[in-house]
Amino acid sequence: MTSAPLISVSELRRTYKVKTTGGWFSPTAELKAVDGVSFDIRPGETLGLVGESGCGKSTTAKLVLGLIPATSGKVVFEGKPVAADSKRAWREQRRRMQMVYQDPLGALDRRLPVGAQAMEPLDIFGEGTKAERRDRMLALFDAVGLPRTSVDRYPHELSGGQRQRVVLARALMLRPSLLVCDEPISALDVSIQAQVINLLKDLQEQLGVAYLFISHDLKVVRHVSHRVAVMYLGRIVESGRPEAIMRAPAHPYSQALISAVPSPRARGKERIVLEGDPPSPVDIPKGCAFHPRCPLATDRCRSEAPELRPFGEQRHVACHRAGVSITSARGAA
Amino acid sequence: MREPLVRINGLTIDFDTGQSNVRALHGFDLQIEKGEAVGIVGESGSGKSITWLGALGLLGPRARVAGSVRLDGREILGLGEREMAAIRGKRVAMIFQDPTSSLNPVHRIGRQLVESLVLHRGMSARSASAEARRLLERVQIAAAAQRLSEYPHELSGGMNQRVMIAMALAGEPDLLIADEPTTALDVTIQAQILEVLKEMRRETGMGLVIISHDLGIVAELADRVVVMYAGRPVETAPVSRIFDAPRHPYTRGLLAALPEIDGALERLVAIPGQVPEPHKLPPGCPFAPRCAQANANVCDETVPTMRAIAQDHAAACALIHTAKPEALRSLELA
Repeated sequence: MTSAPLISVSELRRTYKVKTTGGWFSPTAELKAVDGVSFDIRPGETLGLVGESGCGKSTTAKLVLGLIPATSGKVVFEGKPVAADSKRAWREQRRRMQMVYQDPLGALDRRLPVGAQAMEPLDIFGEGTKAERRDRMLALFDAVGLPRTSVDRYPHELSGGQRQRVVLARALMLRPSLLVCDEPISALDVSIQAQVINLLKDLQEQLGVAYLFISHDLKVVRHVSHRVAVMYLGRIVESGRPEAIMRAPAHPYSQALISAVPSPRARGKERIVLEGDPPSPVDIPKGCAFHPRCPLATDRCRSEAPELRPFGEQRHVACHRAGVSITSARGAA
Repeated sequence: MREPLVRINGLTIDFDTGQSNVRALHGFDLQIEKGEAVGIVGESGSGKSITWLGALGLLGPRARVAGSVRLDGREILGLGEREMAAIRGKRVAMIFQDPTSSLNPVHRIGRQLVESLVLHRGMSARSASAEARRLLERVQIAAAAQRLSEYPHELSGGMNQRVMIAMALAGEPDLLIADEPTTALDVTIQAQILEVLKEMRRETGMGLVIISHDLGIVAELADRVVVMYAGRPVETAPVSRIFDAPRHPYTRGLLAALPEIDGALERLVAIPGQVPEPHKLPPGCPFAPRCAQANANVCDETVPTMRAIAQDHAAACALIHTAKPEALRSLELA
């Protein structure tokens, strides 16, 4: 794939001023939610963004869509910068980039039949005649596998999986080129998750839509993504093709994350257990942000923050000890 | 014969919705030996959690619980609130998904731990506070002495779940029921909690019921697994057999639908349809409408009961027992 990127994100930063605990007049501190994130997504491609809570993956999603302004950095979508100013140019762009959230019930209006709300984007942008809008809606209900009888149902009358299909149909109504999915299947049951994963892949094949797929679940990300970026405390620490990363993660955090995934196939396998919790994004450690939990950390890691550098083919890693395996380092010690 | 730690027979749970009765659990049998770890797997609405809430009398007046639950041979279903309270937390402890909602936000961690030690072990306040600190150290909380004087909101989710485990251990229970204990936690923190649970089992020899929708977690902690669907157990076997030689089409379906972290990247085989609601169960086998192998003559007629397939392995599927040898082979290959 050599085509021009659909969306190009460079050096994106978002900080928040927060009160430190103590009292009303205590000084404010800076919370770095996203701290210099860059990536491209090509048309029809899926980038999986993985990380644990508080790593900044959802903030990144909002920044990409221009739902919140960036502190610094740039997002270019289809050749034009995305400005979070709610002006006309941004509204035009938003037709082409849509969002799918984790909780479909929260994303739907409980008092409106699902067919009517799936059609709303067309109503708002005044596309086509009423009959054409309805045809488009029915076509998308077919595409996401919803029976036509569900058009007049209310959200509470549908199952969780069906609701997420309605949300998908609505998001695809305006033929977007990018869909940002924030934990789209986490609220669904195991047997339903596979249905939605397959659906997302089928829709991409049919419609050529690109996904920014945000999830904490590495197994799911591996199944849907063409490329993966692992985030820790507001930064991308490793990116590359999912197979390469899952088979031989180069960053110690990716190693721990992948080894922590419980799997019925890998019963009784030795697992890397990190110590402690991720530090607060208000008080990010000096040097490499991961060093206090990293079994491989050296003096250099404590003082110097590693840059994201090329590591092998199509892979980038931000680590002074990239490629050193925690397991074999332990075995040697 | 020696009496198992827990023996549940024909447990049913009905909810009175005002207009009608909805049966949420349709007869559940299980024995747990001392020190055994049993995993209960199922999707939402399978009955995996209410089984245990019902058995411990935690469901409230709207629920009608019937059948038998014996602890060391003694019937505990229908015991008075006082007697039940002496069992809960002491003989049988329970931890839930969201630790912060189980802890009291306005009391310090130490006070809450001391409270359960005084209650369940009859300790004096002084010895209880020393024991509280020792318990926190056992669940690998660093700087335990300092944590005792902190409030739940000052601790992370993983730390609070360790406090809950410590509190559950305070009564030195014979059985710990852990209901989705790591679902609200991040993957690396989940790994820590799983280690703590394993370590505690090794140390105390307590029995464990691990309830989860995540087959991976159950595979890791349990000796034996019960798979539940729509308020019924559908298959039970030792952990290795459930994952290496599952027999019920639902168990097979669940495993095929699970994305994997390694191995060949194949399209997931999804189970079509959805879990039926408890008041709209199909007449025959509850899984039949979603089952690729279902045979209308057999499966839509009667509800299959659990029957033994091999030693320690039982399943509730009419096809496994009625199928001709060649049909059985195709089940095996599927």
